[in-house]
Amino acid sequence: MQYEPVIGLEIHAELLTRSKMFCGCPVVDFTQAPPNSAVCPVCAGMPGTLPVVNRQAVELALRVALALQCQIAPVSLFARKNYFYPDLPKGYQISQYEYPLAQHGKLPIQTADGERLIRIRRVHLEEDTGKLTHVIGEKESYSLVDLNRAGVPLLEIVTEPDIHTLEELRAFAEGMRHLLRVLGVNSGDMEKGVIRFEANVSLRTVGSAELGTRVEIKNLNSFRALIRATAYQIEQQMAALQRGETIEQETLGWDDTSEMTFSQRSKEEAHDYRYFPEPDLPPLVVEHAWLERVAASLPELPFARLKRFQTQYGLSAEDAALLIAEYLIADYFEETVQAAPGVAPRMIASWITGELFAWLNQSGERLEEIKVSPAGLGELLRLVAQDEINLNTAKTVLSEMLRTGRTAGQIVAERGLKQISDADQIARWVARVLAENPQELKSYLSGKETLINWFFGQVMRLAGGRADPQQLRQELEKQLQSMKSNSS
Amino acid sequence: MNDTRDLTNLTVTDALAALRSGELSCTELVRAFLERIERLEPRLHAFITLTPELALRQAAAADRQYTRARKSGESTPPLLGIPLAVKDLLALAGVRCTCGSRILDNFVPPYSATVVQRLLDAGVVVLGKTNTDEFAMGSSTENSAYGVTRNPWNVKHVPGGSSGGSAAAVAARMTPAALGTDTGGSVRQPASFCGVTGLKPTYGRVSRFGLVAYGSSLDTVGVFARTAADVALLFSHMAGFDPRDATSVDFPLPLPCLDGKTNLKDVRIGVPQEYFIEGIQPEVEGAVKAAITHLEKLGAVVLPISLPHTEYALPVYYLIAPAEASANLARYDGVRFGPRVEAENILDLFCNTRGQLFGAEVKRRIMLGTYALSAGYYDAYYGQAQKVRTLIKQDFEKAFELVDVIAAPVAPSTAFKIGEHADDPLAMYLEDIFTLPANLAGVPGLAFPVGFDYQGLPVGMQLMGAPFGEEMLLRLAHVYQQTTTWHLQTPTGVD
Repeated sequence: MQYEPVIGLEIHAELLTRSKMFCGCPVVDFTQAPPNSAVCPVCAGMPGTLPVVNRQAVELALRVALALQCQIAPVSLFARKNYFYPDLPKGYQISQYEYPLAQHGKLPIQTADGERLIRIRRVHLEEDTGKLTHVIGEKESYSLVDLNRAGVPLLEIVTEPDIHTLEELRAFAEGMRHLLRVLGVNSGDMEKGVIRFEANVSLRTVGSAELGTRVEIKNLNSFRALIRATAYQIEQQMAALQRGETIEQETLGWDDTSEMTFSQRSKEEAHDYRYFPEPDLPPLVVEHAWLERVAASLPELPFARLKRFQTQYGLSAEDAALLIAEYLIADYFEETVQAAPGVAPRMIASWITGELFAWLNQSGERLEEIKVSPAGLGELLRLVAQDEINLNTAKTVLSEMLRTGRTAGQIVAERGLKQISDADQIARWVARVLAENPQELKSYLSGKETLINWFFGQVMRLAGGRADPQQLRQELEKQLQSMKSNSS
Repeated sequence: MNDTRDLTNLTVTDALAALRSGELSCTELVRAFLERIERLEPRLHAFITLTPELALRQAAAADRQYTRARKSGESTPPLLGIPLAVKDLLALAGVRCTCGSRILDNFVPPYSATVVQRLLDAGVVVLGKTNTDEFAMGSSTENSAYGVTRNPWNVKHVPGGSSGGSAAAVAARMTPAALGTDTGGSVRQPASFCGVTGLKPTYGRVSRFGLVAYGSSLDTVGVFARTAADVALLFSHMAGFDPRDATSVDFPLPLPCLDGKTNLKDVRIGVPQEYFIEGIQPEVEGAVKAAITHLEKLGAVVLPISLPHTEYALPVYYLIAPAEASANLARYDGVRFGPRVEAENILDLFCNTRGQLFGAEVKRRIMLGTYALSAGYYDAYYGQAQKVRTLIKQDFEKAFELVDVIAAPVAPSTAFKIGEHADDPLAMYLEDIFTLPANLAGVPGLAFPVGFDYQGLPVGMQLMGAPFGEEMLLRLAHVYQQTTTWHLQTPTGVD
């Protein structure tokens, strides 16, 4: 029998707010801040304290919900999810349950097989938990509780089980991270745990509409873990079904080191969270005017921009994807196109993804920090397009521009780098090189024709790199040809 | 005024006048109350924690402020120097807050409840934190982990609960006023049992920040004093929106809400048939009906009305309040504050701490609430209860289309004996049948004395109003008190 995987995802994304979800504590970098340095009586769950909703968190959640084309509830409810754990100060997490902020959305993804829509079941707001550190000592073992993260706004996004291949899984996960970054709601720093995945994995016979028993894998904090754990689980289930066994509904954890899933709890041990509406918070009302304001502030979404870059600028899918991976770079590209009307956008794209990316890598600078503006790059590339300087010169000039911040025009003029297209001058250089290298010329004439490239290099060196390469090659071929005819 | 016994007889209003005129110093006043507390506390046990140093420090500061103001002519805070007792369910920064529970035995909040802070800003002096049923779960103050409070009218009887310490303290003149909380009757019933005036405000009108939660959708902060005028004065400095409580509403009390008029013409009083049922103590029914007749003589129109879903208030309350409590009390796990019963692993730490430090009634309600919210039972219990709660609310909405206030008994009987309901939680729950509906509907209720039974125990009457209708309730009670003397009776047995 042929099986196909059916995968649904839950994504937990921390929202980039200044303060926590229900109190005024600042949101700090949990990898840097001293433990329990951003904690107050409210997020520590002290007796008598009450939550108050952070409007900025709702606004960021609305950005995501709108970008995912969800239906947004004019009135949604917070609910308490009850369970005991030392990292959960109140003994319940304030979340949303029956009436979430948004439902029924979709995110398009691009795979080798083309475009697909992954449906979004719901988007809701909740608060994060604290962090536990388990210390295993020789004499005693204990756990330390850090509540800096407790109460940080968290967005939960749940998909329908629409993902069927690992390629789709990766495309969706990366697409989601990109969307969250582009919307300015999440830093995308996966290593800091600001985006976490949970995968629901089941198998079904190909063509069947029925879903198999699903297994939930928790705590997947990197794309690698997500893909590996899902692949591992698919293999396990495949093997089990082929042995004629049935799949047990359970919750699994993922061990990054051994790259294996391990059972956390079975169906019988499943928690009863006893959700009920949060009495401390009135219903969350999203007025139409607010929604319209948020909608108007959304940037162009990644999928739309990807397509537009291909159609409007004639870019390849790869180049377009490279550029929009960082919206600052995509903006830089578009500004350069604007600044250099005569230059082909494809050429601009390849300079950015080639030379500029190399510089960013090598210098460690961020795009906002570099000394070359889109207008500056445009000026340089216009010189190339108008054959004022050749490509090699342009690369040298750019690297000086990046180092010093001077303009292309200044550098070219000062150092006399302007391309030389004077036919007589080029003919004199070629003649001189051929005259000065009789040995090589002899070899060439006796059939070693690849030496033409060596001659080309020599002439260019003599010309200080400034000779029009096309003219040079033509002149070189011409003189060699005439010598060939003379000697034969 | 050298005779300290007289000073403790002063109402808030009278004390303020004496303080402002300079005829009385705040230190004298506070000393008088502290001395009376010292004398009566061993017999009544109204307090869990006393704060005499704090009170004397605040009193000295108040005296300096009055002296300065008399010289400069500047105004003083509206309640400057008025002693106040605070139920130990409300946070006062720097003072232990036990909630009547061992699980918070050593808990000192670094923050004050908004309502406490507002009164401090208005100038009150805090005498101490009063006894309460553990986490306000009870109707007799017998469920406190810190001992039983006794009724000043008869120390063999309970003061009611859960704000029994506050009610007893006001009745015994250990303080002129006290804060309480009311989730199902916890201000009104002890006010009735102790013969004092007690207000349960509209839900949302007084901030809940710093009130340790029991049933969050029902909890309110109320106040006790010996007259409706005092209650009105204090309440006007308690009400108002609080940015730290998302369920609070901007609706402050206009002052002065009480004038000297005793004409109740145009006031329509509804008397709900469902509150005069079989089993109610005849003297209670008699005294309440006599009080209604008295108001009628002053010009009010009395109309029979019906609140048909009254009988469901008890089961609805005992699903919703414990359900919310089961979550509200989950934070007491021994991890961040309060005492901890150590164990080998975290689950045992939770179980030992909660198992050993919560009292029986608290555990009973946590279990009730946990059950009502469990998968498979939610719809039948919690979900259904919410629907019936809406019906109860609609009963009131319909009634207030016909009448301005509703008059009813506070409790079916006068104060019962200590231990009388000890083995019968259900009988104890029945004490609240007339007070629960106002909490479920979120409407205000005011209890005040209207007579005595044959044992000399006070009988209270309850007025309930439309949301934000406190002013009307206080006005009626004020008029009643202007024309009767029940509220002036004081227990003499304890002296």
